[in-house]
Amino acid sequence: MSAKHLIKATEFCVYHHLEQTFITDLQEAGLIEITIVNKTPCIPETELHKLERMIRLHTELDINIAGIEAITHLIERMEDIQEEMRLLKNNLKVYE
Amino acid sequence: MAFIDYYTILGVTKTASDKDIKAAYRKLARKYHPDLNPNDQEAHKKFQQLNEANEVLSDPDKRKKYDQYGENWQHGEQYEQARQQQSRQQRSYGGGGQAFDFEGFGGGGGEDFSDFFQSMFGGGGGQRRQAKYRGQDLNAELQLHVRDILESHKQTLTVNGKNIRITIPAGVENGQTIKIAGHGGPGANGGPGGDLYIKFLVSDDPRFKRKGADLYSNAKLDIYTAILGGEITAETMTGKVKVKVAPETQNGTKVKLKGKGLPVYKKDGQFGDLYISYEIQLPTNLTDKQKQLFEELAKSSA
Repeated sequence: MSAKHLIKATEFCVYHHLEQTFITDLQEAGLIEITIVNKTPCIPETELHKLERMIRLHTELDINIAGIEAITHLIERMEDIQEEMRLLKNNLKVYE
Repeated sequence: MAFIDYYTILGVTKTASDKDIKAAYRKLARKYHPDLNPNDQEAHKKFQQLNEANEVLSDPDKRKKYDQYGENWQHGEQYEQARQQQSRQQRSYGGGGQAFDFEGFGGGGGEDFSDFFQSMFGGGGGQRRQAKYRGQDLNAELQLHVRDILESHKQTLTVNGKNIRITIPAGVENGQTIKIAGHGGPGANGGPGGDLYIKFLVSDDPRFKRKGADLYSNAKLDIYTAILGGEITAETMTGKVKVKVAPETQNGTKVKLKGKGLPVYKKDGQFGDLYISYEIQLPTNLTDKQKQLFEELAKSSA
């Protein structure tokens, strides 16, 4: 992955007014991937979408890491079910 | 433009303390937050209402003004000014590409404040959520007819004042969403732009029912062709074709026209099939001669 697709975790935390331990905790929970470049932890750009969602859950709704982990799994399941429902609804039209 | 009762939205009384308002907002935000309700427009709308109510009731100046004017808000000092501003905005909207509704999602954001809010507190809409790093994701819907998806084609859309040329993939299904990376809201502090998610709403062709890339239709068949065999003309998405009917075809028989369905999504050159179900039509208003012939037929079959 090229450097421009990696964001230094320290910089990212400054913009989000976060402790870096929050990012580390998320990584340890297996919720995000961190890449180490020259001993510096970096966040791949592809992880930003879900990472910022987790930050919002934490800062806007006071949800801790364990809660974020549970929510993340449930949302993934919910999205799978929504996709399955979409396909089923489309297919059901054949029998209407 | 109707009056909005912010107290009712938060489920608090007019005498609620700041603490009560904060607690009520937090509780409801946990229920309707967009990050907890993916792809749920109703929850998203409710969250916007909550944000707006919170924006007003948690700000002493705004709350005072809101309480003071109440339902007589139209006499508010900024009403006329805001109304004029809105009318200017409406005139400047549009032009170039297809009209395109979009909205942000996935963030807490207080975007899209109501007309009521803007009339009372000015067109700015209070504190808009700013991206801290990565830009906001935007969500849009695009109406298509099934004939628009027969082959991949490019289309220019106007989103947020910018023209974006996107490829509408052949065979895309109703409700399917594609991501246009980097075309959402702008990033901040050197962060990347958000993504634009486009949901395709594909309307059906009334002649066919669709299941994935396969199409289904019905064709009427007269009894003579059904019994003796022959040929009928059937409609497909791309025109009419002749179909051979086998002798002694039964009512409800389904025939498959291979490759006459829709293109298979993301599989170039592959097409689904068209299934035609025959509905055999029994003759009515028979002449005496015809009745006689049927009677003879009945006797010979007995």
